Amino acid sequence: MTHYEPWSETRASAIIATHVGREGPMLPILHDLQHAFGYVPDDAIPLIASALNETGAEVYGVITFYHDFRRSMPGRHVLKLCQAEACQACGSDDLATRAQAALGIGLGETTADGRVTLEPIYCLGLCSLSPSAMLDGEIVARLDAARLDELLAETNQ
Amino acid sequence: MSVRIYVPCDAAAIAVGADKVAALIEKEAAARKIGVEIIRNGSRGMHWLETLVEVVTPQGRIAYGPVTPRDVASLFDAKFYDGASGHALYQGLTEQIPFFAKQTRLTFARCGLIDPRSLDDYIAHGGYAGLEKALAAGPVSIVDQIFKSGLRGRGGAGFPTGIKWKTVAEAQGAQKYIVCNADEGDSGTFADRMIMEGDPFQLVEGMTIAGIAVGATRGYIYLRSEYPHAKIALDAAIEAATHASYLGDHVHGSGHAFHLEVRVGAGAYVCGEETSLLESLEGKRGLVRAKPPLPAHVGLFGKPTVINNVLSLAAVPYILAEGPEAYAAFGMGRSRGTMPIQLAGNLKYGGLFETAFGITLGELVDDVGGGPFSGRPVKAVQVGGPLGAYFPRALFDTPFDYEAFAARDGLIGHGGIVVFDDTADMLKQARFAFEFCSHESCGKCTPCRIGSTRGHEVLDKVIQGTDPVANMALVEDLCQTMKLSSLCALGGFTPYPVLSAITHFPEDFDASKSHFEPAE
Repeated sequence: MTHYEPWSETRASAIIATHVGREGPMLPILHDLQHAFGYVPDDAIPLIASALNETGAEVYGVITFYHDFRRSMPGRHVLKLCQAEACQACGSDDLATRAQAALGIGLGETTADGRVTLEPIYCLGLCSLSPSAMLDGEIVARLDAARLDELLAETNQ
Repeated sequence: MSVRIYVPCDAAAIAVGADKVAALIEKEAAARKIGVEIIRNGSRGMHWLETLVEVVTPQGRIAYGPVTPRDVASLFDAKFYDGASGHALYQGLTEQIPFFAKQTRLTFARCGLIDPRSLDDYIAHGGYAGLEKALAAGPVSIVDQIFKSGLRGRGGAGFPTGIKWKTVAEAQGAQKYIVCNADEGDSGTFADRMIMEGDPFQLVEGMTIAGIAVGATRGYIYLRSEYPHAKIALDAAIEAATHASYLGDHVHGSGHAFHLEVRVGAGAYVCGEETSLLESLEGKRGLVRAKPPLPAHVGLFGKPTVINNVLSLAAVPYILAEGPEAYAAFGMGRSRGTMPIQLAGNLKYGGLFETAFGITLGELVDDVGGGPFSGRPVKAVQVGGPLGAYFPRALFDTPFDYEAFAARDGLIGHGGIVVFDDTADMLKQARFAFEFCSHESCGKCTPCRIGSTRGHEVLDKVIQGTDPVANMALVEDLCQTMKLSSLCALGGFTPYPVLSAITHFPEDFDASKSHFEPAE
């Protein structure tokens, strides 16, 4: 489980300031903001735009282009299930169905109690030990139904 | 004297418990008062044996695997620290395991052998010999040697690396860049990750040599965000190399400057396309650029830029150290040298297998990989990632070679091989190819953006049994449009998996078959 800081304009501005002057600072800024707050709050957009001399639309465009960046707080746990071909060849479809049934949500959704966000991911580079998953940043290979159930149980803690 | 024990820190090993294994070995050794020195190496590439624990003995490194945390106590009971053969997980000398012994390891010579965090270990195993020779030879000779080696872009396009470097070397510009494409997004591939985690200095050295060759003083490694362990390994290597003046204003005491930095992507598959990657590095949406101009002329921030895959750059130190002829002596036809092939999906023996070009697909799947671990027969093999063709057993005589695969409407791409057993439904796989393309399309060109969406919609109709003959004709027509008019390989190559599935597995698209069920 990951702990995030509450939104703070001062803190956001400080994060942005550490990257101004670097070549191509946009992605490093967005990563650091998300790392701190759990997502990239819309309130950060004008701060980034001002610091980088870009329009707010440009910043919004970048945030929404990339799958990694969130615009709202994720669940307290984030479970990513690889759904790419090597994992498909080893039963990842069934595991995704099992996880969705257990949590009562679809891929890309968060449980109503904010406990778990379930996401598809397209390749963790563990394709010789498929299927694979990532729970709160920790990688798991050779996933099967029993191991998946253990991961789901961990999200209850 | 303490026993030296290797436990991999490669992500594949960590994902099956290597960190716990390492911690338990340390704890158990302390409890039994046995002196051990644990080194976290890269992976030897035999992933079905992970966690592969190696013990250094006078005879060589003895392997035990796959070790789980539950096995640690019994390994001590069996005196594995002496290299004893009495345990069920005993595999003998690592380098005599057939999967390993059959390989030609040039790029992966050190991966798994050395401590990836130790610059001294890297140098003791031949590291930076290439840079020494490069500095003595000078830029013109370096480019010439890369050209003579026959090295072609290992990212998938297979473009001659020497020509790319020559173009940048001759381009005018106060600032030039070396960009490493480490956005290894293809399913079934992990060779870049293994090198970055297991032998990161080799990539740093390769990029440094590239910088000297073309006159670039700055380099970026664009690393996908799904590889956090590689980020840690690369950052540590760059810091150590900088500290030892292998990076900086005077590379190894020369007049050449080279500075290197890792930048992390944000989950966009299309950013593995070189121009999309450059846009992303600049901080923009990863929209593909029209070519020309080539990145060699107008690249990162509009400056002349060499952009190469991890494996291309990692092959450079060997070529400089051993000479281009030594590298070119391996391979077949216009595919020179070796290819780190990644065996993935439903296979008994999955992992990294580096070998000279020319080995057949059948040898790789049946002999090296041992066929599906499910014990069922192979149905299809996808070679080259999500944009690669599905090959049936009838094409298993295809040699691993850029041209041979192209001649059979396929591609070797980044060298990933994903095996499916006979439970695979190729109509479903074809539909996924379109769906993945629509999920990842940058949206700039219409054939890719709209074509991929229409593609999976039409295949949904086929699955539902709605006018399948007419709809299949529509799919084939759509594929031709995407192939011929997309801006980059994402839209342009998505037809490969789709059409190969239709061509080689027509039974799965036969509307008269009972498996056509309504879509969910």
